[in-house]
Amino acid sequence: MTEKKIRVLIAKPGLDGHDRGAKVIARALRDAGMEVIYTGLRQTPEQIVSAAVQEDVDVVGLSILSGAHMVILPRVLELLREKGVADQVTLIAGGIIPDGDIELLKKAGVAEIFQPGASSQEIIDFIQQRVKQH
Amino acid sequence: MAKESKAATADQQELERKPTPAERNWEATTLKKALEQNPERQRTFTTISGVPVRRLYTPADLPGFDPARDLGLPGQPPYTRGIHATMYRGRLWTMRQFSGFGTPEDTNRRFHYLLSQGQSGLSVAFDLPTLMGYDSDHALAEGEVGKCGVAVSSLRDMEVLFDSIPLASVTTSMTINSPASVIWAMYLAVAEKQGVRLDQLSGTLQNDILKEYIAQKEYIYPPAPSMRLVIDTFEFGIRHTPRWNTISISGYHIREAGSTALQELAFTLRDAIEYVEWGRERGLKVDEFVPRLSFFFNAHNDFFEEVAKYRAARRIWYQVTGERFGATNERARRLRFHTQTAGCSLTAQQPYVNVVRTTIQALAAVLGGTQSLHTNSLDEAWALPTEFAATLALRTQQVIAHESGVTHTADPLGGSYFVERLTTEMERGCYEYFEKIDALGGMIPAIERGFPQREIAEAAYRYHQEVDRREKIVVGINDYVAADEPPLEILRIDESVARRQAERLAALRRERDNRRVAQTLKDLEAAARGSENTMPRILECVRAYATLGEVCDALRSVFGTYEEVAIT
Repeated sequence: MTEKKIRVLIAKPGLDGHDRGAKVIARALRDAGMEVIYTGLRQTPEQIVSAAVQEDVDVVGLSILSGAHMVILPRVLELLREKGVADQVTLIAGGIIPDGDIELLKKAGVAEIFQPGASSQEIIDFIQQRVKQH
Repeated sequence: MAKESKAATADQQELERKPTPAERNWEATTLKKALEQNPERQRTFTTISGVPVRRLYTPADLPGFDPARDLGLPGQPPYTRGIHATMYRGRLWTMRQFSGFGTPEDTNRRFHYLLSQGQSGLSVAFDLPTLMGYDSDHALAEGEVGKCGVAVSSLRDMEVLFDSIPLASVTTSMTINSPASVIWAMYLAVAEKQGVRLDQLSGTLQNDILKEYIAQKEYIYPPAPSMRLVIDTFEFGIRHTPRWNTISISGYHIREAGSTALQELAFTLRDAIEYVEWGRERGLKVDEFVPRLSFFFNAHNDFFEEVAKYRAARRIWYQVTGERFGATNERARRLRFHTQTAGCSLTAQQPYVNVVRTTIQALAAVLGGTQSLHTNSLDEAWALPTEFAATLALRTQQVIAHESGVTHTADPLGGSYFVERLTTEMERGCYEYFEKIDALGGMIPAIERGFPQREIAEAAYRYHQEVDRREKIVVGINDYVAADEPPLEILRIDESVARRQAERLAALRRERDNRRVAQTLKDLEAAARGSENTMPRILECVRAYATLGEVCDALRSVFGTYEEVAIT
């Protein structure tokens, strides 16, 4: 099989150290056959976007539980546009993000947001569908 | 009284079942028939941690069990049945709701409200910048100020936080780790301003840096200087604050990161061993400083497994302090602990169901003999709690305390074949982990090699898969899902908190004596470079209104910072 593996960058922005979700998802995506790069903790939006460009990823997944999503996600989108990769890279997020904010974030360009309780399969399916369309 | 150091150690006890003829007969007749007629729901049953559970426990499950040796009586070694003779008949546990959000003014109002509602102690939650040793106006604090707790950047904030709260009579717990000595110094300085003597103060500093490297990940400096700061607080504490717990050795966060109940217990107790060893190396006397070590455990959903965990914790600590450290002071050998119900068990979906989960978890903590308890609020999978949700959580404890009747007798589950078996298994598993970590050279080398981190990540992934495959049912998540849910009203912290904090900091930097600040910071740096105790120097800094960020920067300049190797 020569089909190119989907490349995903999982990142943990902000000061929060709760990395259980990020690590579980990184592993689940890897088990589903994707190439996963995990950045580790406390990445700034600049570091995340530069890693995304360098690693030539299809998807960036951010895990945010601290309530800082309305500051961090728009910043990452802005930087993806600045680098001219906003069309190639799908930005998704997971964590504690209330319903009201989801609409705003999706309108701003976040492709999908997975709330607490989302299954790995939902996330895997979403990524596979999305990357196929591109 | 049970004979010292003769309590059952894991390897002394034979765990193989020895069923009686009557039980064998029951299996061959009554049970066999029942299974033929109605097969069981599952082939195997396990605890939430994956430990197999048998269909029935009998005396056959307790070979070699000696109640006098393994249980003792309440208030007596090995303290399996609790550390007080009368347990909750004498005094209820402390109802200590963890709280903090927004500005110090916001949280001060919540503290006064909680105390007016019958809460018996305070517990401060700090925001992420504070936990990481950054002031509210630091670039990295953007978007995080006041979100996960209250923002405290200087003594001025601390004065507002405890305004009109008499520190001589209230007990306060502070969840702060890497910058613990700085925040503690601010609290001590507020006490001084209230005219309260340090030896009158009572409370707890979390100050458990090892579990930060293992699980919670809010570390600043590398392990060795971090441990030195912790031991500095131990030493300062035995001299000046004899009623203060200078550490709360925490399994809570280890469990939240996805560990099993056994891992939570084993890593926490092994962390405790590490602290005692470092304290001894400093020249502190075990019988003097170990009584001020306290513990903090999680209360998860698996009721009996949790009860067994607390009971095993006490028995093991009694043995370890005696056998490993030669403690003779009974207060050094009694394990005292706080409990918080499991945040990670809360669901965002059907959030009112969380009240039920929390009740079951809180009951396990009480039946396990906890000294203080925090019950989570129903909305905490979404945000910090609203006042309504926080009140309901406190009421949950009050119902258990005053209506359920479980407080009328000490250790009501003692002697249950199942609970005693689980307690013994927990103990045995714990000693196995001790051996592995000892073989790695202790907890710090184990952390540097990623051993506990890897064990926890494995367990977290295993559980996640079990839920994904519906081998473990979580109500509202993978079964009994509600189609349409009304939105929940949640507490929102807006960016005005960050603005107000930044303004206050700017004013502080204008008004204080900046020469004095610079001098105290320089003195602290010199102390950090040498070997003197840093606590008195830190106190001088905060009295001069040096900010949290400035003090931590001074220490960063000497100690450097730590970065982990990420494991997935």
